[in-house]
Amino acid sequence: MIMSNFWSIWITVLTLIVIAGCFFILRKMSKNNTGIKEGESMGHSFDGIEELNNPLPKWWAYMFYITIVFGLIYLAMYPGLGNYKGLFGWTSSNQSVRSMEESKAAVDAAKAENRLSQYDREVAHADEKYGPIFAAYLATPLEELVKNEEALKVGGRLFLQNCAQCHGSDARGSKGFPNLTDKSWLYGGELADIKTTLMNGRNGMMPPKGGLPIEDSELEGLAEYVVKLSGGEHDAALAAQGQGSFMKGCFACHGMDGTGNKFMGAPNLTDNDWLYGGSRGAIVESIKYGRAGVMPAWKDILGEEKVHVITAYVYSLSNK
Amino acid sequence: MKFSHELIEKNIGLLGIFTVIAISFGGLVQITPLLFQKDTTEPVEGLIPYTALQIEGRDIYVREGCYNCHSQMIRPLRAETERYGHYSVAGESVWDHPFQWGSKRTGPDLARVGGRYSDKWHEVHLIDPRAVVPQSNMPGFPWLMDNTLDGKLTRKKMEILSNFHPEHNLYSEEEFAGAQKAVEGKTEMEALIAYLQSLGHALK
Repeated sequence: MIMSNFWSIWITVLTLIVIAGCFFILRKMSKNNTGIKEGESMGHSFDGIEELNNPLPKWWAYMFYITIVFGLIYLAMYPGLGNYKGLFGWTSSNQSVRSMEESKAAVDAAKAENRLSQYDREVAHADEKYGPIFAAYLATPLEELVKNEEALKVGGRLFLQNCAQCHGSDARGSKGFPNLTDKSWLYGGELADIKTTLMNGRNGMMPPKGGLPIEDSELEGLAEYVVKLSGGEHDAALAAQGQGSFMKGCFACHGMDGTGNKFMGAPNLTDNDWLYGGSRGAIVESIKYGRAGVMPAWKDILGEEKVHVITAYVYSLSNK
Repeated sequence: MKFSHELIEKNIGLLGIFTVIAISFGGLVQITPLLFQKDTTEPVEGLIPYTALQIEGRDIYVREGCYNCHSQMIRPLRAETERYGHYSVAGESVWDHPFQWGSKRTGPDLARVGGRYSDKWHEVHLIDPRAVVPQSNMPGFPWLMDNTLDGKLTRKKMEILSNFHPEHNLYSEEEFAGAQKAVEGKTEMEALIAYLQSLGHALK
């Protein structure tokens, strides 16, 4: 941060005045200014307790002098006095950047002049150490990467850090947040599908009643038909009625046979895996109010290198 | 009267005045200059003013004391930026009165939580954090689902925020006029989630 000369001088002068003031007060107070001999009474007495003219403890006074010297040395070496940069030219980070572009430009400029900030040096050091590892992972096709035990371990750590909040630390998910250890996939379970999902995110788009002219009175039948599709015990007459409602348009996304469509993220209704619950009540709720699960996009937060490794880990969970 | 140790020691008012002078040097050096620096008073690029709903959500964030456990301040340490994203800079907080940097992290930092989770996740998590994160020790806030906003003070809040920054036109006349309508009938949950989802996009 570069400030105007006025504020730079303001800070410098005030700081030095305070340090000098501490020094002079300490020196004056170290001498006997009272005219009373050391160790004798100051003349204040209360309840038999007397104030004696004792000097400042030496250890305390010397420590104070040491802190003053330390302070001056510190201010000479590190930035503290206004715009003065210190003998080392040290900075903690680029605090005055105003956008990501400026942040990157500031790092590049500092790198060119070999005066990286503490934080940027830390990052550069880590990049040097981990950069080649992640670059090698990224260069490895996912089909190969899933066989790399070490990469899967790295992916597991990244998963715990970034994905477990929704999908659970065991990756089994919860209501509304997909289980990643089974074989049912809304948007496809191939390596490429998983990577696309992670990179760009997904937006579920089941509107209430699928946006179709379905009456509330039909919901019960529809749910019964969905139960039938998934192989559950059902009332045949009610399910047949529901099938009629299904044909009003549900098939457009879920397919004529109810096996879903990975391009729409429409779930397969014929298996027995349920993201929002498989009871008749939960199915009715899903149909009546719609469902719109959202998977955030991670390409900007994590970058492709890490997403690549996490993809391999997620794939490995259901393909042991 | 002679100026002496005794004089200061026996006049508590005088002692108070001298004490204030002595300790104000730190503030004069460390705080006063910041009030006049572009870095701390000008917003970073693309810092969008809070919408009506987000302002209400921010007040709920303050009311429920979220800052007691969550900071909004990513420090320039790699271990933090790996987890949370780019470190925070002062220009990101200029429209916060007061700022929500916090000082304690029982839970994670929230400076860049916007867009990281879905709205639905926030809803489920705020009602009962253990529904999605079994290890969590965060309390649930289920009443946010039941309380609805009437928006009577929303315009006023926007005006106060806007008056802090007369040189920026934070809101248009239409936005002021539509403030109450924008939040009326919305639940506190919706407002809080709208606020959380708005956090930290400027440097992402």
